[in-house]
Amino acid sequence: MTFEAWIAEPVNWVFIVVALAVVGTAVRVVTSQNVVHAVLFLVATLAGTAALFLILSAQFVAWVLVLVYIGAVIVLFLFGIMITRAPTGRGSGLDNDRKGVALVVSAALFVVLSWASLSAFGTTELTDLGEGTPTEVLGEALLGRFVIPFEIVGFVLLAALIGGITIARRDATPAEEEAR
Amino acid sequence: MTLLENFWVLVALKALVIAAVVPLTALVLGYAELKISAHMQSRIGPYFAGGRWGWAQLIADGLKFFQKEDIIPDRADKAVFKMAPALVLMSTVALFVVIPFSPSLRVRDLDLGIFYVLAISSVSTIGVLMAGWSSGNKYSLMGGLRAAGQLIAYELPLVLAVVGAVIQAGTMSLNGIVEAQAAWGIPFVIPQFLGFVIFLIAVLAELTRIPFDMPIAESELVMGYVTEYSGFRFLFFFLAEYANMFAMSAIAATVFLGGYWAPGLSDAQLQYLGPIILVAKVFLLVFLFIWFRWTFPRLREDQLQSFAWKWLVPLSVLNIIATGIFKVVF
Repeated sequence: MTFEAWIAEPVNWVFIVVALAVVGTAVRVVTSQNVVHAVLFLVATLAGTAALFLILSAQFVAWVLVLVYIGAVIVLFLFGIMITRAPTGRGSGLDNDRKGVALVVSAALFVVLSWASLSAFGTTELTDLGEGTPTEVLGEALLGRFVIPFEIVGFVLLAALIGGITIARRDATPAEEEAR
Repeated sequence: MTLLENFWVLVALKALVIAAVVPLTALVLGYAELKISAHMQSRIGPYFAGGRWGWAQLIADGLKFFQKEDIIPDRADKAVFKMAPALVLMSTVALFVVIPFSPSLRVRDLDLGIFYVLAISSVSTIGVLMAGWSSGNKYSLMGGLRAAGQLIAYELPLVLAVVGAVIQAGTMSLNGIVEAQAAWGIPFVIPQFLGFVIFLIAVLAELTRIPFDMPIAESELVMGYVTEYSGFRFLFFFLAEYANMFAMSAIAATVFLGGYWAPGLSDAQLQYLGPIILVAKVFLLVFLFIWFRWTFPRLREDQLQSFAWKWLVPLSVLNIIATGIFKVVF
């Protein structure tokens, strides 16, 4: 497909706008001086990613992203930051000396990921995705063909949950033990 | 007719209708709250505005908010402070997209219907946290944190309570859930009574209404995360609160009370009577919420948390297991 043909599709304009927003906000996540602002930029990044999934008609993935990442993970981030230190006002001077190394690592990651996805789907052309896969089909695949990975993930999450509780809970001191 | 078939004309029309419906529901519910609260306390409530029954009270209030000075505290984080009410209102408006008012009157019948509702309504938590943090005020911060803790805790029973109805209907589309109830002839509130009760409690907590209004507890936190807001930004929070009450009641009515469907009416009749039936059910639920407000005292923060995690979550999981077994056996 030539570039002229590609840019003639309105959906690709939407893609360009959303993709630029995602990249811009992602950069702001790491360059922001204020930790709360960084998290809020991350919200915008994730919302943009969800929009990219919507463009691909992957509705379920998009809304899972919103529910789990924006609705739960980010809220926990904010919650944790605000409960421990909430630097209101400007210039909390959040910075890091190892910017160069981080830049190299992220550039390498970008190259690897782009190479992997290009070599896997580089020649595939998506035409008229319609409404995308119905959720029913996804659910049946998850509990049919992929039931073993699904159960394993569930088990790992349960283990993580119990581990988290064990680490976070405070054991009773000997004095309290006696009082019981 | 050709104009109505144009995609962009339709989008613009739908956006306009939603933009009109959201403040309208807020006005009606706000007025209902003022009047019903007053009568429950042997008062008259608004009386003079508009000439009769004080019907124009909230319109006057709204206009007053527009004229007020927009005060931003000096120590506030200005950009975040300005964005927070918009984010909260946005997530509320987005809820109206999937509510089916009749078999054909809706913005979009999403395949993921109820899942979309839960995902979108969780976004408002971020707006609340932003408002609480950016105000640069201890009361606001405490209120924001309380709200977030509460919303996280009650999100789970809210999602799990719906799962029972979804299993029974075999679809997540809100239209599909209504059709399943119509085909069955009984609204899901009867087989899913436990789910309905859990959902209502969780909705009360999500709306931070009494008995779950610790985030804005006047006696402890002034007004919580809305303390520093004034003028039309306060109006945004006010609109979002009541529109959210309408939207969540409409979802509850759709999933558990049969939505626009009523027994004995044909499909053609439902096209016209559907919106009236749905709104009647919504008002029933809203009346319940207002009634609760003047019946129950405010809970304590730890009671709220242990109630969610120790009672509602296990009970809703039990409900899912029981529904699953019934679905497979029968």
